[in-house]
Amino acid sequence: MADMINIIGAGLAGLSAALTLAEKGIRCRLISAQSSERAQSVLAEGGINAALDTMGEGDTTALHCEETMKGGVMLADPYAVEGLTKHAPDVVRKLAELGVPFNRNEDGSLMLRSFGGQKKKRTAFAKSSTGKMIMTALIDAVRRYEAEGLVERLPRHRLIRLLINDGECAGVRVKECCGGTVRDLAGAVILACGGLNGFFPSMTTGTTTNTGTPAAVMFTQGLLFANLEMIQYHPTTIAIPGKRCLISEAARGEGGRLFSLKDGEKRYFMEEKYPTLGNLMPRDVVSREMFFEMRRGGEIFLDMTGITEEVWEGKLSDLREEIMHYFPLDPKRDPIPVQPGIHYFMGGIYVNRLHETNIDGLYAAGECACQYHGANRLGGNSMLGAVYGGMTAAQTASGYKRRNHNGDRDFTGRDEYDCEASAEFSRSMGYILREGLGIVRTESGIRAAIESVEALGYANEAEKAKKALAEAMLYSAFGRMESRGAHYREDFPETFAGFKKTTVSEYNGGRVRVTFADLPERNDNADQI
Amino acid sequence: MLIRFEIIRRKSPADKPYTVSVEYETDGEETVAGALTELNVSAFADDPIEWESSCRQKKCGACAMLINGRPGLACDAWLKDLPEGTVRLEPLKKFPVIRDLTVDRSVMLDNLKQLGAWLRDSAVPDTTGVAYDASRCLQCGCCLEVCPNFYAGGEFFGTAVLAPASRLIAEAPDTDGKRLYGAYSEHFYRGCGKSLACRDICPAGIDMERLLVNSNAAAVWKRKFRRGKK
Repeated sequence: MADMINIIGAGLAGLSAALTLAEKGIRCRLISAQSSERAQSVLAEGGINAALDTMGEGDTTALHCEETMKGGVMLADPYAVEGLTKHAPDVVRKLAELGVPFNRNEDGSLMLRSFGGQKKKRTAFAKSSTGKMIMTALIDAVRRYEAEGLVERLPRHRLIRLLINDGECAGVRVKECCGGTVRDLAGAVILACGGLNGFFPSMTTGTTTNTGTPAAVMFTQGLLFANLEMIQYHPTTIAIPGKRCLISEAARGEGGRLFSLKDGEKRYFMEEKYPTLGNLMPRDVVSREMFFEMRRGGEIFLDMTGITEEVWEGKLSDLREEIMHYFPLDPKRDPIPVQPGIHYFMGGIYVNRLHETNIDGLYAAGECACQYHGANRLGGNSMLGAVYGGMTAAQTASGYKRRNHNGDRDFTGRDEYDCEASAEFSRSMGYILREGLGIVRTESGIRAAIESVEALGYANEAEKAKKALAEAMLYSAFGRMESRGAHYREDFPETFAGFKKTTVSEYNGGRVRVTFADLPERNDNADQI
Repeated sequence: MLIRFEIIRRKSPADKPYTVSVEYETDGEETVAGALTELNVSAFADDPIEWESSCRQKKCGACAMLINGRPGLACDAWLKDLPEGTVRLEPLKKFPVIRDLTVDRSVMLDNLKQLGAWLRDSAVPDTTGVAYDASRCLQCGCCLEVCPNFYAGGEFFGTAVLAPASRLIAEAPDTDGKRLYGAYSEHFYRGCGKSLACRDICPAGIDMERLLVNSNAAAVWKRKFRRGKK
């Protein structure tokens, strides 16, 4: 049994891992730059998927699995997705037992709402603040084990680098914020450090704390990444100072409709083109259709004027307040102008279904890992993936026996990775990446971005590492000469069976290399995309 | 509009605070958080102001500070809404300063630990909406800043524990109830002077009075206002 596990990140995946370990009696450290209340997970809105079948629609975990695979255009590990969806009802029931105030039906069962890419109501929710509600309950649950000494929190600490010894991750080097001490902490490591928002400063719906630097540094230390070209643009976001603000998919799940306005003509383009799921097609499809409408000169609006008073009051009151905070508009009466915005990174650290990385003693879960979502994530699956992924990573890590028996120690030397990319560097690189990795991509656009990134100078190891991971994102998009999920190539608009492979990025000898790896095959999988 | 920011800085807890001033041209359509971000890559590029920030949409509580003497979130303070002229930014005063506008708010988490703010057994679903409202607490500390009864290290833990405790009390099974009621009475009910300053300052707009009524009823008067129950 593991003696001490270091968890990097105190958001949903990190808390879930900590709780799982503590319940098994295993000690862990919860290391984070800010406290859990500041984690990006509190921003999650719409809900968490589980085939609880409380709405009398005959939903099954098999259908959840199938729709998650199809939503991800068959690029996720089918065995991992099967585990995720099969355990989802237990995950959500456990959260309810911890006290997450989910909306409920009159009979007391959990109420479920419609979400994109799913034919059944499957998304458990607490109005449209589900992430905040789940985080509050998990923070309290973990606190019990902090008091018992099983979970040690190290807030205001940043990850500098992994300590890799003889092919094993023997611990982490962390630094206390505001110029504090640097410490080497021994033990296996679970990474739960979030997506790559820091590569797109001010352009995403996520936390502005994320710099992307630790991920980049770990990449240059030999950690493999996968599917980096798969970046989710959420259809309904608005620009607010310093970032983009999400308007939850729940708005459409509860009846909101998208239309484009051009020369005074209003078109409900999603309903026209996709009569079955309409506005609730998977996010990649909706964002792409919006892009084409906008390219034709249309302005896109989210029309929630048909939503009933009862639904506003019981399920969306917080969403309305949020919109009215930023617009002089009332969504009950006025359509809201929206645009797609970067929201989620399906790609990330390459892990198998047990959440093991390519380095012994190192695991990853949550948005920082590539697992579960393939080429496009369904709404409601991110929090599920974070909680279940954290549990799975903890379960796997708990059985790890260390080969290195180093102890904790203060580090007084100078670490070349103890630095940060400048804001100017990160902004410049973000603009380049946005051009190359937009909703619709072309070879010439990606090639131009690659040339621009390669030409960027760097002033320190953090910038050098970020440059390498940015190149890996672009090479991945360049190499995938097809369209699949969030990766749409206008020069290759079709999906090819030959590309049903994971894009794997590796840094070796100062060079970035991208290859394609086979996915585990399932014989019972009828869909042969 | 032209704003003169006066920012109280401090290099470390051991150093003395000092004030820096800088002029900032803006159309007003941004927040204090946006201005601090820009100032850190322009006027203060060589020595950035240390301040906490994360969500930028008043959902995480990181950027709480004193803005013209009033505690609030920097991401919720629009420049166009502030009086023209000088805007003074200071760290919250009831918490130890780490550097510049960053303070150590761990006393809130320590207090919650001391209170025993968790459930041991399965929650009882709350049908009143209290658990939902209480769960929205950001742990930003603004309520403690204005509270006449709270000081760090005291036995009265303030509204920053009222909200989490109210969530737990609203959902507590009988096996957890007794423990939570006792801790609540000791660390909140007895020390609260009912100034309700916290109600007006909460950036999340949590209805503190409602939490107070519900938790007092359950913990002190042993009655729960649950729909269908007395």
